[in-house]
Amino acid sequence: MTAPNMIRDEELLASTIADLIGDVRHVAVGNASPIPATAALLARERGRQRGVARPYVSLLQSRKHNFFTDGGRELFDCAGQGRIDVFFLSGGQIDGQGNINLVAIGDYDAPKVRFPGSYGSAHLYYVVPKMILFRTEHSRRTLVEKVDFISAPGVSADGVHRTGGPIALITNRCFFRFDPARKRFRLESVHPGHTVEEVREHTGFDFDQPDTVAVTTPPSPETLALMRNTVAPQVAEVYPQFAAEIFNITAHPA
Amino acid sequence: MTQFAASVDDAVADIADGMLLAVPREVSGVPMEATRALIRRGVRRLHLVALPTSSLQADLLIGAGGVGTLETSAVSLGEFGAAPRFTQAVLNRSIVMKDATCPAIHAALQAAEKGVPFMPMRGLIGSDILATRPEWQVIANPYADNHDPIVLLPAIVPDVALLHAPLADRDGNVWIGRQRDLITLSHAARSTIVTVERVVDDNLLADPLRAPGVLPGFYVDSIAVAENGCWPLGLPDHYDTDAAHMKEYARLAASHDGFEAYLARYVLTPRAKAS
Repeated sequence: MTAPNMIRDEELLASTIADLIGDVRHVAVGNASPIPATAALLARERGRQRGVARPYVSLLQSRKHNFFTDGGRELFDCAGQGRIDVFFLSGGQIDGQGNINLVAIGDYDAPKVRFPGSYGSAHLYYVVPKMILFRTEHSRRTLVEKVDFISAPGVSADGVHRTGGPIALITNRCFFRFDPARKRFRLESVHPGHTVEEVREHTGFDFDQPDTVAVTTPPSPETLALMRNTVAPQVAEVYPQFAAEIFNITAHPA
Repeated sequence: MTQFAASVDDAVADIADGMLLAVPREVSGVPMEATRALIRRGVRRLHLVALPTSSLQADLLIGAGGVGTLETSAVSLGEFGAAPRFTQAVLNRSIVMKDATCPAIHAALQAAEKGVPFMPMRGLIGSDILATRPEWQVIANPYADNHDPIVLLPAIVPDVALLHAPLADRDGNVWIGRQRDLITLSHAARSTIVTVERVVDDNLLADPLRAPGVLPGFYVDSIAVAENGCWPLGLPDHYDTDAAHMKEYARLAASHDGFEAYLARYVLTPRAKAS
């Protein structure tokens, strides 16, 4: 049970991601992504408060929040046309140039560790304008100087069709923005209770930072109320365990 | 045209060792009863293509030694964890892994649907997926004014598409609902084998509400009834995944001996009740 005035890490992350999503037309969220899903639904509720019917939110894991009727390819067709503005990816490894590795650690032909695979990353990362990288485990194991296998590259050579790419990396410790021109991350803010030194210590890649690094803005009381009262019951339909743990809310029977 | 097989084992009899077998992802209707029948028969060296990912089905087939080559974008048990037999097989190099990305498998099967030799696709350039797939070529877009490299994917033409769906009718039409991936797989494949929950007496194409969700019998070579045929996976809108069983699988399949015990208990012993 969370004290009403205490802000949970998950709420801070969802609020930060919702700000990053901003005012866009269509946010899609893949499987097993309760925090990005919370953020997307929060962005939609903010749109409703402003009286706009956007963003449209597609939660691929949900039957209800998923309009696709043309099979699994429709998501990728949509993205290829520019009909998806925001998507989320993670990585077994993420490196300082925004490359992500969802395949293996070690030599590809004789790996030490094998991950499930690249899913849709080698397409979506190129064509979704706001790709948000989300990895709660912020360590030198996950945030590396150079990935062992590039499932999808952070930047592309001149001439390669690239209408999208990473804009940010959110971890349990901090918020990086990605600068495609410099091919580097820049520390935007550290979450409350964390420090720049700690972020340096636990990050395997070099990154830019301003002279003074801000603390990540916690959700306002209005945002918290919207998340807990309006968004949480929607999250519970798709992620009942997460909603029960974070928001102490139980899903209505389907 | 469509044959109705007396049993699931009969239905999969034509899936020979070494064939290119195409199967759908978890939410589309995974023919698990048919997969167990294949393992009971001791199938070997399959070139398994999963559109575009797989879970228990690929893991089980790999663990049982039935797969020579796996072509897919990811294998995972999702909320039940990593796919242990897949992971082990890749680490042991006991299967040939052809890593892909989801839309590449869709596109390569769509090329087969159209009867064209390849399909272009955005993305991939600069990835190690492309680097590990010599058959995928990069060409200059011939219609662009500027330099515009684009990847070409050769068509994937499966020998067999193996599917599960809720309903079939006596004419071999299969109702797939909104699981359009099943239609892609069947259109692309040289032959299609379907297991269904049940067979209905009326013609599915005669109902205008159901007809758009029908895979016509024209494409379907063989149908067998397999009630609960996706078990322990779910069939969307019909039944859920058997979470307790999936946890048991994940636990047992973590070790070689545990996996053998699982096979003996749930796969190799034919079910008492004929379907």
